[in-house]
Amino acid sequence: MNGFVDRLLGRVRLGGWLAVAAPVIAVAFAVLITSVVLLIAGSDPVGAFTTLAEYGTQPRSMAMILNTGVMYYISALAVAVGFRMNLFNIGVDGQYRLAAVVAAGLGGAAVVPGVLNIVLVIVVAVVVGALWAAIAGLLRVYRGVSEVISTIMLNAIATGLGSWLVSEHFGVLTGNDLGTRPIPDDAHMPGIPLIAGTPVLVNGFIVVAVLLGIAYWVVLNRTRFGFELRATGKSESAAVASGVSVKKMIVVTMVMSGAVAGLIGMPELLGASYKYSNNFPAGLGFTGIAIALLGRNNPVGMAVGALLWSFLDNSSNQLQLLDISKEIVQIMQGVVVLSVIIAYELVHRYRIVAEQRRVSRELAAPQEAPKAEAAA
Amino acid sequence: MWRVLSRAQWVSRRWVHSGLGVRLRTFRAVIAGAVVAAVTVVAGCGGVVSTTSPRTRPLQVGLMYDIGGRGDQSYNDAAAVGVDEAKRNLTGLRVREVEAAPGEPAGRKVERVRALAEAGYDPVIAVGYSYAPALARIAPRFPKTRFAIVDEPTVSGPNITNLLFASEEGSFLMGAAAAMKSKTADVGFVGGNRSPLVRKFEIGYVQGVKHVKPRARIRIAYLTAPHDLSGFDRPDKARKAAQRMYRAGADVVYQVAGASGAGVFRAADKAGAWAIGVDYDQAKSADPAVRHVILTSMIKRIDVAVYDYLASVADHTVTSGRVVYDLRRGGVDYSLTGGHITDIQPRLEQLKQEIIHGKVRVSPG
Repeated sequence: MNGFVDRLLGRVRLGGWLAVAAPVIAVAFAVLITSVVLLIAGSDPVGAFTTLAEYGTQPRSMAMILNTGVMYYISALAVAVGFRMNLFNIGVDGQYRLAAVVAAGLGGAAVVPGVLNIVLVIVVAVVVGALWAAIAGLLRVYRGVSEVISTIMLNAIATGLGSWLVSEHFGVLTGNDLGTRPIPDDAHMPGIPLIAGTPVLVNGFIVVAVLLGIAYWVVLNRTRFGFELRATGKSESAAVASGVSVKKMIVVTMVMSGAVAGLIGMPELLGASYKYSNNFPAGLGFTGIAIALLGRNNPVGMAVGALLWSFLDNSSNQLQLLDISKEIVQIMQGVVVLSVIIAYELVHRYRIVAEQRRVSRELAAPQEAPKAEAAA
Repeated sequence: MWRVLSRAQWVSRRWVHSGLGVRLRTFRAVIAGAVVAAVTVVAGCGGVVSTTSPRTRPLQVGLMYDIGGRGDQSYNDAAAVGVDEAKRNLTGLRVREVEAAPGEPAGRKVERVRALAEAGYDPVIAVGYSYAPALARIAPRFPKTRFAIVDEPTVSGPNITNLLFASEEGSFLMGAAAAMKSKTADVGFVGGNRSPLVRKFEIGYVQGVKHVKPRARIRIAYLTAPHDLSGFDRPDKARKAAQRMYRAGADVVYQVAGASGAGVFRAADKAGAWAIGVDYDQAKSADPAVRHVILTSMIKRIDVAVYDYLASVADHTVTSGRVVYDLRRGGVDYSLTGGHITDIQPRLEQLKQEIIHGKVRVSPG
């Protein structure tokens, strides 16, 4: 028997047509609820969805959606690594922001030229993210502190630490905006003209994101480490019995989650803003949690979720031009996550009930035969 | 949702009562003047000018709010009041309002500016300095669209107007008022964060205090470091900072700390001392239980700046570059609500005139 959390985090797979039914039900349900909300708010749902469709099919918006989606996807991967082991790394947000501050500070100082600087920035971000997450892992292993609590608190500390670093060490003032020194031109991540018909380049980090997605799948499904990670997530006692060091797994998984988290800010830092300031995107770690749930920790599912999320976020400007309040986007995002969870749960329950009926039918069938004989 | 809306309406009504009428009269005078000037030009040049008859196409205003948008009872609302007033008084004005989401990436702001410019909105007004990089990128690509940005001096271009405030001048008067009212010759300043924007208030305030009482003691506290915006939302911290000042002997504290300011008012209430408000006439907007401690407020008229800008676009007198809303233009001012400064008002008014006429110089830092 599988628990709700197992089903929620996608550790139980659906087979056959049920795997298709769940997302279809979820999308239909989300569209329905959103339409009702739009009607209540006095807007025309048909107009809203038409605008969304028009916006989403333009080349320039597609490039924008990919660019934001890359960050969301990396964030979801970072969260999913922990989820697969029952580790709830709520601290992805603090990990990526702190990583971005330190990496931006060093990158802006330009201690090494050109491509080397890009490499340095990325490596520093990964290391800082990993170390910051390791604190929560070690606290869990040696002091039994729940990682949910410690990572939330570490988020607050990361905010303070980051603002101290920017204001006291890396800060340069541009108008009212205090930020790190911009990373020099020779160390910018080149964009890719991926989408025809628009001058907007797709962030070069899309390659990194795709590779990370593949690595995530390979490591989890095709390595001993991945097996141990999944085993620990499914049953800690069983994992211990089969010789897995759970303590080691917890620390290593947190470190991996944090290392991936360190990369979240890189597309923005090396491909768009080139510095860390008040305008640096915040809250991506929490977006990652929602997308990991939406994609059920599946590398392809999360990619779809990241693009959907990014599409909705990016379309808020267009919706506002139509006099539709931008909060509708948040409502849609929330409804999508909830309907995915509910739809999958319904389908799972349907499957369980169907299976029970089938089993009881099979069990009942041979019993009827002797009865019939006895009657005869 | 409904509550927010009705509060916004209430705020806007309050603002209209608080003296926009004065600005409107000046505006009508400007319009009248412009019409006279236009007539003169036409008369002087004969038939040649007929091609340059004033454009009758209605103005399509794009207004980009910062986080919070209309209804935030603060920064954004002040801009909204200016635009609402313009809608009532300038014919054929249509406004499209869009707002920022918390924590959005920089690219989203760029797209917002572009979407408005591309859809033909002109002028496009950005409320808040966070739009500066987006404006710097998009404004050059739409040379015929006029852009304005509130509170940000650095971004510039032939089609960009920077709407700035001489907050140091208003704060100078606050310092003077504090020094005049202080019995202990000991006053305080609580800033939200140590950002350049807030520092300008402190610099003006200190000059004002020293102008009146050169030997007065000034206690200064900032709630957070420059990068940390949480200082504008920590009334508990502000209350402690103000408490320390009052206990140590200060009897007037000026707060420039956004929502944290409420903590300073509470501390003043406890200590039986004065506090000074900022941005709005806070003796009208603060919690009724603490309004009696608010000596006066330094009013920053973002609504006036936005209104004047729209009016100047409407009558074709708009200029690019920095426009500083100072005491002379009525961009910063002080409030009289509560009647606590009636005794010193003549002296304050005289100081104000001296600043306006350049007899007293206030350094912006």
